[in-house]
Amino acid sequence: MPPPFQRLLDDHSPTVLRFLVASVGPVDADDCFQETVISALRAYPKLRHSDNLRGWLLTIAHRKALDVHRSRARRAVPVEDPDPGHTVPDAPRDDALWTAVHDLPPKQRGAVLLRFVGDLSHREIAAALGSSEEAARRALADGLANLRKEWTPA
Amino acid sequence: MTASDRNHSRPPEAAEGAVMAALRRGPSAGDVADAVRRATDRAHAEGLVDVTYSSLDSPLGRLVAAATPRGLVRLAYEDFNGGVDVVLDHLATRLSPRIVERPTGFDPLRRELDEYFEGRRRGFDISIDWALTTGFTRKVLQATAAIPFGEVSTYRGVAAAAGSERATRAAGNALGSNPLPIVVPCHRVLRTGGGLGGYTGGIEKKQRLLAIEGVLSEPLT
Repeated sequence: MPPPFQRLLDDHSPTVLRFLVASVGPVDADDCFQETVISALRAYPKLRHSDNLRGWLLTIAHRKALDVHRSRARRAVPVEDPDPGHTVPDAPRDDALWTAVHDLPPKQRGAVLLRFVGDLSHREIAAALGSSEEAARRALADGLANLRKEWTPA
Repeated sequence: MTASDRNHSRPPEAAEGAVMAALRRGPSAGDVADAVRRATDRAHAEGLVDVTYSSLDSPLGRLVAAATPRGLVRLAYEDFNGGVDVVLDHLATRLSPRIVERPTGFDPLRRELDEYFEGRRRGFDISIDWALTTGFTRKVLQATAAIPFGEVSTYRGVAAAAGSERATRAAGNALGSNPLPIVVPCHRVLRTGGGLGGYTGGIEKKQRLLAIEGVLSEPLT
């Protein structure tokens, strides 16, 4: 039986929200976080194992972030959102870094953020991305190399 | 070392460290708490939360209260039931692990408890979910819930009201396992000879509650 859900929220919400802010930006992170919690609660009673709940939550968050990136790609021209809803105000404000992260191919972006924000192991990243551990390692290395090219710390 | 020095001769590991440090700068604790509250409010509205809970202050110490959509299901003395974590673990096993903290949902209970402890309320109007009780235990506790404010009964009395006058010891066990102390007033059940009997929260709590109701004179403190 998995632990009380609130314990996951207490232990992992800072990491999951930070991951989402880094992946989709502060405007969409709040809604994405809600979607993550809703999906997690739907699946929670059927969860068979309760080891690595952080990896499980981050996998869901990663999929929600992918949805946001996909729908942005469909709206080829970025438009100003008339009602951005809640934003996460205290998020990091390095726009160049965000742009660089945002422009990474999805697997590389996922690998970099799951590693450096989510602190997941290579094996856990592979599981979240649905790829082999070798492919996850490569995505992480390529993602880092691309970030280094596009961005230098201020 | 200035920023430009750093940029010129940066080994790959340092670049990795810089990416890591920049990405890790995250939302403040307050922002996280706000995001969590919005997410759990929405999950609750969508019916995805089976049990909500909150801590409450009372003159008898901190309480933890838990409710299902049907009503209050658990009220526990934090200092006597192993603390919030133990109470929640038990609820996760017995009811559902979809447990979320939601302090605002307990405002009516908070108000009724305040009124009760101030001597302005004789009974509780909030609905009760008996899900943590079964069989004879539930019958005993429901008989106990019918004892009016300021009156007392005996273990034998509630056993009889539950349909089995000779099951005095079983009635005592049922009262000892009361998942809703104060609201289901097991403190109003005394030993047949007039002794106070036991209490899940410690005998001094039973004395305080009976004093509030005028059954005992206020203990000297």
